[in-house]
Amino acid sequence: MKRLIENDPNSMRMEEQGPVLEVARDLVRRGVIIAPIAIFSGAIFWQTGGALSVAYGLAIVTINFMLAAMMLDRASKISFAAMGTAAVFGFFTRLSLVTVAILLVRNAGWVELIPLGLTIIIAHLGLLFWEMRYVSVSLANPGIKKSQKLPIHEASPEQSTHETTGAA
Amino acid sequence: MSIAAQVLAQVDQNTAAAEGAGFAYGLAAIGPGIGIGYLVGQSVQAIARQPEAASQVQTTMFLGVAFTEAIALIGFVVFILLKFA
Repeated sequence: MKRLIENDPNSMRMEEQGPVLEVARDLVRRGVIIAPIAIFSGAIFWQTGGALSVAYGLAIVTINFMLAAMMLDRASKISFAAMGTAAVFGFFTRLSLVTVAILLVRNAGWVELIPLGLTIIIAHLGLLFWEMRYVSVSLANPGIKKSQKLPIHEASPEQSTHETTGAA
Repeated sequence: MSIAAQVLAQVDQNTAAAEGAGFAYGLAAIGPGIGIGYLVGQSVQAIARQPEAASQVQTTMFLGVAFTEAIALIGFVVFILLKFA
């Protein structure tokens, strides 16, 4: 019974900085990396309107990620039950914000709806898949980063002799 | 058919398309809402059972929420394209 009270999600909370903000910052960083290529692609197929729409779509996606992470991080410092509430209501809130952000500009002269929509879907999924590769590596082997090169130790002749002898 | 009847038929078609798009958007938002609720509930339970794994569970949950949200975004983009493009 004591254990149940101790592990009550209403009273438990994240004491230190949560990892979600770090993940979201990483996603934004990757979004900035792909932005020039994406904007250039938009400009090739839909001219200036396409480039601006792609940039706007990327901004929506990255701000959406940051907002989600900030809401989860802030709520997890209150309690984990609050984090659950923030995740569900945050989803509807952010979806409403994305809707408003697009409906506000849909009649503007510089907006091309097709590249804008494609950018939102492709950037959202693409950035997540890209980030997932790194997160799954660090979850499986904490402390190892995907980009980190492991030092190569060249075995000395004595070591290799010992190993061979040991193996034999 | 008179011009007025043609205009009325066109208006009816547009209204039906808008209603259909809105309905599809609503349906596309309900599924991810249920999915995110389930995902978050299980994550909170996992953290309560094993508090030392909270940061790992939170990271996985964040990615799961974002992936589930992608379904709603696809529904929304389809709605926008059907209605305005």
